[in-house]
Amino acid sequence: MKARLLAAALAVATVATTAACGGGSNGSGSSGGSSSKTLTYWASNQGTSLQNDKDVLGPELAKFEKQTGIHVDLQVIGWPDLLNKILAATTSGQGPDVLNIGNTWAASLQATGAFMPYDDAALKAVGGQDKFVQTAFATGGAPGKTPTSVPLYGLVYGLYYNKQMFADAGLQPPTTWQEVVDAAKKLTNPAKNVWGMAMEGGSYTESVHFAFIFGRQNGGQPFDDSGKATFTTPGMVAGVKQYVDLMGANKVVNPSSVQYKNGPEAPGDFAKGKAAMLMSQNNADNTLQADGMTPDKYGVVAIPAPSPLPPGGKDVASFVAGINVSIFKNTKNKDGALQLVKFLTSPDEQAILDKPFTALPVVKGGTVNFTEDKNEADAFAQILATKAEPLPLIPAESAFETNVGNAVNGLLAQAATGKAVSDADIKAALQEAQDKMAAAGS
Amino acid sequence: MTVTTTHAPAGKAARAARPARRRRSPSWQRATPYLLVLPAILLELLIHIVPMLVGIWMSFVRLTQFFIANWAEAPYAGFGNYSVALDFSGPIGRGLLHSFTVTCVYTVIVVGFSWLFGMSAALVLQQTFRGRGFLRTLFLVPYSLPIYAGVITWSFLLQRDNGLLNHLLVENLHLLDKPPFWLIGNNAFVSTAVVALWRSWPFAFLMIMAGMQSIPDEVYQAAAVDGAGVWQQARHITLGMLRPVNTVLVLMLFLWTFNDFNTPFVLFGATPPHSADLISIHIFGNSFVNWNFGLGSAMSVLLLLFLLVVTGAYLGLTSWRNRRA
Repeated sequence: MKARLLAAALAVATVATTAACGGGSNGSGSSGGSSSKTLTYWASNQGTSLQNDKDVLGPELAKFEKQTGIHVDLQVIGWPDLLNKILAATTSGQGPDVLNIGNTWAASLQATGAFMPYDDAALKAVGGQDKFVQTAFATGGAPGKTPTSVPLYGLVYGLYYNKQMFADAGLQPPTTWQEVVDAAKKLTNPAKNVWGMAMEGGSYTESVHFAFIFGRQNGGQPFDDSGKATFTTPGMVAGVKQYVDLMGANKVVNPSSVQYKNGPEAPGDFAKGKAAMLMSQNNADNTLQADGMTPDKYGVVAIPAPSPLPPGGKDVASFVAGINVSIFKNTKNKDGALQLVKFLTSPDEQAILDKPFTALPVVKGGTVNFTEDKNEADAFAQILATKAEPLPLIPAESAFETNVGNAVNGLLAQAATGKAVSDADIKAALQEAQDKMAAAGS
Repeated sequence: MTVTTTHAPAGKAARAARPARRRRSPSWQRATPYLLVLPAILLELLIHIVPMLVGIWMSFVRLTQFFIANWAEAPYAGFGNYSVALDFSGPIGRGLLHSFTVTCVYTVIVVGFSWLFGMSAALVLQQTFRGRGFLRTLFLVPYSLPIYAGVITWSFLLQRDNGLLNHLLVENLHLLDKPPFWLIGNNAFVSTAVVALWRSWPFAFLMIMAGMQSIPDEVYQAAAVDGAGVWQQARHITLGMLRPVNTVLVLMLFLWTFNDFNTPFVLFGATPPHSADLISIHIFGNSFVNWNFGLGSAMSVLLLLFLLVVTGAYLGLTSWRNRRA
């Protein structure tokens, strides 16, 4: 009898936790700026480690405190956790005052209504719209809406190649996608665990970025003009295939990299000479140098497109990537928050921060200063100016990232375990992602 | 009451005080237990009941990214979230059904083997021999480690390139030519089940061992006198007298395993491979990864109903068997 009572009590308690768990009230309590003289700032991880970010930002924020008397409580948050923490803060209303976001989330997060819109007065307070590079400023939210974020650090994708390995094999930096594949095949030697291309195959963000870039090269478009998802068009399928085939049909990627998802692994392979090429955003410089690869050892070119371009295709080598900065709507210190944004996006601070964070300038008049190598600086500046398109600035963007990114990860896993990935497999996976988004109403 | 009315007029102050105290004490006595459990009830409400009710409410609204900053504005969805979750021909319902099936198989395997291992170890350690205390402690280590530390260590062991397991299988024992993946594809399911088993069997062991302590030696002695062998003793006495313990144990293991979130989350992150898509993390994915808390809550409520039905049926069945026995 006692046992039954105990069992019943335990059962009820355990079952009850279930429902509470799904509730999503995962309020990761953070001290919202309660005192008007203190701001809480969530910085994203831009340096080589969370500690590195603290070391870089610490002295600058001390400078800010000296200028304004406002103390900034800095919290650096790793990429795998950032979006979840923002969502939890949004649902609970307990958030920081100022925070960094991945600029591709801007429209999705704008739709939640959790961020303060930068209206004319607010824009004026941070130094005016005109001070920003306009392609970067355009990522601040959905077109036609008051932006809820302004650019902070600029990033684009480039193709890094190991100069020595290319020279040894008598290869030139590739200018077409076919040349990329040929060079990668030539440089792959599984017996020595050396591969043509490094890949962050477990990262859904990387996967969706390449689905977009290669999809555009092949004439695809993730959403049509009315905002309807069109993931399964031939162009998108061909784009995903172009990426997955690196692992699958072409076998130029270490299958183990399908488990890489934290950021430094793929650049690490490249830096250690285990991979001859790396497709990455320009902040990879950080990790490469931390892993002992000096800038003279690698070159950067734009990620090439197939030649000739498939019907409707565009020579897109990147999307306009980067970090934006937002203010939480329920901050108790709006003026202080605006001052902090103004400070962080001031030309002086930009010049200081772009260097350790290897970022491209987002304010006018800035120069690429994170590298001494003029070729590299020019290559990245050129990609941003002529070969970068923004990811779709629509509320469903974040759902696109997670659903399509995870679908592509699944295909990479299939390729890594030795099962051929057919066009039909890709189409089915993309269809599944599209149906899921439609059924979930996002 | 009657006592006070009859005595009070006649009494002096000192005498009046006593009945007054007596008058207060019965009501205090009645209130004391309630007062004692009041903090617990309030906390229970705060920690379990209220979030649960909020979860149920959330399942009836369209709580998507457009409303998470202001829940009150989320439109009423009726049973919309439920019909999406239960539409097994649609992608979301299909995903949920798959996840449910995977979880059922996973639970049967983990609970079954946990019990079997726990029982075997407890039976062996019932005998006195040298090193018994050491083995007891050793067996309990997985249970006493922090979950995260234990599972993350497993994830290192199971890495393809530099994991200990592949090192052993491929380089030391030469059993395989190519290192397999343990954390993607179908192997991921096996890995998750093994890790969960590693974590939960010591609990079964602990409970069964405690239960065995309460079986008096005389019973075994009597059985031995009657000619029962070791196996007969184990089957009829140990198992028989452990029935109440086993009833509770299996139920708890079932609920814990079915709801297991930590193991897959630490091994795989928010999106596990298809083969190891356990229900808790599947629901988490639908809430957090897709920003649809209404749908996630509807799935949670469905899970809650399922667990309540199973638990109720199980308790009903076991008590019915107990009554018959």
